[in-house]
Formats: sequence, structure tokens, C-alpha cells
Amino acid sequence: MSSFEFTFWTIVGCGLVTWLSRIISFILLKKFRLPTSVIEFLSFVPIVIMSALWFESLFHQNLGHLPQVDVGNMLASLPAILTAILTKNLLWIVIIGILSLALIRLVI
Amino acid sequence: MDDVLDARTGLKDTLPTVFGYIGIGLAFGIVGKASGLSPLLVALMSAITYGGSAQFVMVSMLVSHSTLLSIILAVFLVNARMILMSMTVAPYFRQERTWHVVLIGSLLTDETFALSMNKLNRTQNTLSFPWFNTANLTAYFTWIIASLIGALLGNFITDPKRFGLDFALVAMFIGLLYLQIIADQSMKKALQLTVVLVTCILMYIGLIFIPSNFLVLVVTLLSCGLGMVIKHVLF
Repeated sequence: MSSFEFTFWTIVGCGLVTWLSRIISFILLKKFRLPTSVIEFLSFVPIVIMSALWFESLFHQNLGHLPQVDVGNMLASLPAILTAILTKNLLWIVIIGILSLALIRLVI
Repeated sequence: MDDVLDARTGLKDTLPTVFGYIGIGLAFGIVGKASGLSPLLVALMSAITYGGSAQFVMVSMLVSHSTLLSIILAVFLVNARMILMSMTVAPYFRQERTWHVVLIGSLLTDETFALSMNKLNRTQNTLSFPWFNTANLTAYFTWIIASLIGALLGNFITDPKRFGLDFALVAMFIGLLYLQIIADQSMKKALQLTVVLVTCILMYIGLIFIPSNFLVLVVTLLSCGLGMVIKHVLF
């Protein structure tokens, strides 16, 4: 592991670029309006990011090879989806999801 | 989730995501400690850089003695989706005071972004500073405390996965995705499902040759673009 100073400045540098990525649009969009095409593009961001983050967790990456299925996460997704349909309640979806994966890991 | 936009409701709405932050935060603390970071540096990284997967990337690059610039570039790319998310949220805060929008932007995460997009469906397309700020602060402090505890407990717990807590975030994205699709009246269901399917196919193909940390950004850009094309050609 690197020295305390190097790690500290890495944290600060990474914090700075992340912070700028987070706030730049907020500041610019107070002054400017987005063109309609950009707004349409951005309207897809929520569902796309949510499905991308979900899907990322269902596979293990082996660069150059087909992704390997993460059996636990794949199986636990089913009761989570079912709970979503039945309850429409985020807290239940999360609790049932966690319990399902814990159970699945006991078995496999 | 209801249409109330005060601070108390912000706290209540964020509660389900807290499990995710605790699970992944503990895991990050444990991994950081095991990689040689002190609990202080773990907490500082969570407080200053504040970005789930980016922090795991930082730890692995610090271990492999990467240069400062290459770590910063990698973190920028991993977190570049923040630009898209804040661009999506920003129009709802156009009238808000500058330090308010800077505060909301500074603590925006995947999870509070997804929550806010869901909230919009209940509130006639409005968001408020007290609601968003409370959601952000709850997430922020839970993340810092969980990662600090993970680093402090690092010597005792070796397998944070055993309790299934790492699935909390996945379950949350599943839930928010489903709730988003059934609640969003501005886009046809068939169009939304098609875009989700396209995203899934692109993720699967992308995993073969694009490192997963950058893949989410690449796929987001591609899928949103394809979504526009599909909308105009088929719907």
C-alpha cells in the first residue's frame, strides 16, 4: 500500500473530479436551458442506469470471455421482482431480497 | 412513497436504501482495511471521494501502485455517469438558491438519484430541497459510518457476503426500476421495456470486452441514444 500522503492526495484529487462531475450541470443549467433532443436523451437515463446497475450484478466479468452468471444474485432477483409486483414497497423488496440471497447462500 | 416533499418524508423514503449503504459500506471498510488502508483513510475516502464503485477502484489501484493521474482518470470515468444524472435532476432545481443546488449536487448518488426519479411520479414532477437534501445526507452519513465500522471490524469479519447484505443495493435497483416503469406516465410501457431489454443485451455483450467499471457509462450513453431512435422509429 502507498504512503499516507500519497493516498491522502489521491483521495483529494479523486474527490475533486467527482465533485465537479456532480455539480457542473447544476450550476450551468441555472443559466442555460437544454435543447429538446438532450432532454429526450436524458429521459431514458433513469431506467437505463437502474437496469445497467442491476444487470452488472448478475454476471462476473472475464474479459475476452462470455460473462459468468452470478447464480446467487440471479436467483435472488426473482423473489425481489415478485415482491416488487406484489407489494410495490421498496423496503419489502430490499428485505426479501437480502433474506433470499442469505438463504440461497446457505444452500449453494 | 407519497407526494409529501418535506425533510421527514425524505428520511422515510431513504430508509430502504440505508440497508444497501450499510452492506456495501461495511464491505468497503473491510476491503480497504485488508488492503492496508487505515480506518482514518477509509473514512476520509468515503467522506471526500464518496462514490461506491469508484472507491473500490481506488483501493485496487493504490494497492497496485498506479500513478496519481491514472487513478484520478479512472475515477473520473467510473463516476462520469454523475454528469448525466445531475443533468437530469438539475432542471427541477432551476429556481433554487445556488448553495442549495451545489449541496444537492455534491451529495448526489445513484441511489438518491433513482429515488428522486421515482418520487417525481408522485409529486406532479416537482422535487424540493428539504426532501432531496435529507435523502442525500442520510445516505452520506450512513455510508461514512458503515465504511468506518467496516474498517474497524475488518480484523474480525472476513466474509461480509454471508448475510446477503450486498444484495440490498441490487434489490433496490430492481424495486426502483419496477416502480419507475409502472409509475412513469410520460413514456409508453412497451418503449420502456424495450429500452431495458436493449440495455441488458448491451451490458451482456459489453461485459465481454469492456471493464465493468466503465461499462455502465458506455452502455448508458448507447442505450439512451438507441432509446431515442427506437422511440422515433417504432413508437
